[in-house]
Amino acid sequence: MCGIAGLIHKDKSVNIGSELQLMLQALKHRGPDSTGYALYGDTDGQNFIMRFKVGENVGEGSNAVNEETSVYDKRKKIVDKNLSDLGATIVKEERLTPYSFRYEIKYDKDLMEFSKKIESAEMTEILSIGKSLELIKDIGDAKEVCDRYNLDKITGTHAIGHARMATESGVDIKSAHPFWGYPFSDVSVVHNGQLTNYWNNRRGLENKGMRFMSECDSELIAVYLAEKMRKGATLEEGMKDSLKGLDGVFTYFVATKDSLGMAKDTMAAKPLVLYESDNLVAMGSEEIAIRSILPQEIDTYDPFDGEVKVWQI
Amino acid sequence: MANLKTTGKKSKAQSMGMHTEVLTGRTQQKFFNPDEAENFYYFGTYDVDFNKRTELNVKDMEAPEANKKIDSLMSEGYGTIVIKNPQGKHSLGVGILNKLNLIFEGSLGYFGVGSCDGPNVRINGRVGWSCAQNLMAGKVVVEKNAGSSFGAAIRGGDLICKGSVGARTGIDMKGGTIIVGGDAGAFTGFMMQRGRIIVLGDVGINLGDSMYDGTIFIGGKIGSFGSDAVTSDLTSSDKDWLKRKLKVAEIGEKFDVSKMTKIVAGKKLWNYDNLEPTEKKGAI
Repeated sequence: MCGIAGLIHKDKSVNIGSELQLMLQALKHRGPDSTGYALYGDTDGQNFIMRFKVGENVGEGSNAVNEETSVYDKRKKIVDKNLSDLGATIVKEERLTPYSFRYEIKYDKDLMEFSKKIESAEMTEILSIGKSLELIKDIGDAKEVCDRYNLDKITGTHAIGHARMATESGVDIKSAHPFWGYPFSDVSVVHNGQLTNYWNNRRGLENKGMRFMSECDSELIAVYLAEKMRKGATLEEGMKDSLKGLDGVFTYFVATKDSLGMAKDTMAAKPLVLYESDNLVAMGSEEIAIRSILPQEIDTYDPFDGEVKVWQI
Repeated sequence: MANLKTTGKKSKAQSMGMHTEVLTGRTQQKFFNPDEAENFYYFGTYDVDFNKRTELNVKDMEAPEANKKIDSLMSEGYGTIVIKNPQGKHSLGVGILNKLNLIFEGSLGYFGVGSCDGPNVRINGRVGWSCAQNLMAGKVVVEKNAGSSFGAAIRGGDLICKGSVGARTGIDMKGGTIIVGGDAGAFTGFMMQRGRIIVLGDVGINLGDSMYDGTIFIGGKIGSFGSDAVTSDLTSSDKDWLKRKLKVAEIGEKFDVSKMTKIVAGKKLWNYDNLEPTEKKGAI
């Protein structure tokens, strides 16, 4: 059992980090191990924002190996050199925790080659690349992660997030949601459920050059959709295709720079409550997530089995 | 722990090779004796006055506290209780075992009014998953939409949703009636054993999958039939019952019931014999 939440403001920018934190905190009982945010923030759209980590959080519940900060420093230097080799320019850099960073970079070439080069450094993983997407995930509940990364200050139009109860993989950042839709900029996915044809799909996608950073089945959705879009499918087409290609029980959200989508498997075995008005769509595993930002009486509903919906900002 | 004992007398199930042992000693298979009615005490019930009305604001309460407060108000004789600001909280109004007018001014989360026996509930909002699970008797009306597993395992009473409901409506139901004014999701009536489901709108895939018994009436389109679910002729008594039920439920009174599709168990996969004793609730 995990909790997922998402929202999109169609006509304005708000304090999206703060709103998503409230929604995810309301779902803490569904997943206390780790929390992740994919926030689509207000930027000038000029530079790529790259969030990456060079190590793991060894906090409560984690089975990651404790490493010295000097080890992280060495890996960061390798990342910096790789960026230079790629012809990318670092415009701004922030160290958010000893093991995680936020870079603003100038780069205009292929993101797949870029990602392979950056992630060639040991224990280094790009959490996200985009001109709007800020993907943050770490061990702890929504409030703890929000405070650790100052997310309540981020404004934007839409966001998705995840409160994780680790089941089929470890308590660590690499297995936490959301997952970036490698190698597409600004694509992220969160998922609640279980995929039963994970390895079959993974082997096929790896043979096509797609990369997996974890053994979490949810990562498959991000890679699956990315591969469909790489072939020319729209986001909605890829999502509809996933209802046939992915086996199991699931509800997932996917977000891009200007859209938010949801898909529910054909058995409708995983919960989702949805509120939709002219200006706002808010959805979550439980209604209390929506109520955390909309306490007044509202009309909500459960999407049906096999339903796919996509909204634009 | 119950004792296991082999009996000499063979029931139908035993003759089919099933249930070769019966439980004796402390089991749930107790039967209510009407001669002992005066000595019978139904735990957790109160004499309430429907004209005695009060309001309860649960905005800042957790569900256990709110439910204890409802119980406390019933013990004081309040027969009409209005719950303000439920705000989608889970497990509100559960375990009410006597007559009561219970009105929620807002929406409920999961497991709302579960395991009840007797109350008349109106929810002026929506409900999440598993609303009225295990309802034994009474009436629950939901003014808006409902989540999945609506009326799971109910044994009696009327459960009405004026909007649409999610998947697995009436899963494992053993009696009572579920009425849906809008559409219903996949697996409606999944493994139902007794009772009736009425859906005025469309239903999703696998309708009545693995149903043992009971009847489903659908007014709209059917996504697909589940295993062992088949159509049956709509009789004049079915139509009369549907008209009466929809009128009492204050929903779809003008609906043309003659166009409804009736679905029953095909019983090709049928190996169900041990029906639920109606006296069972007397033993609780």
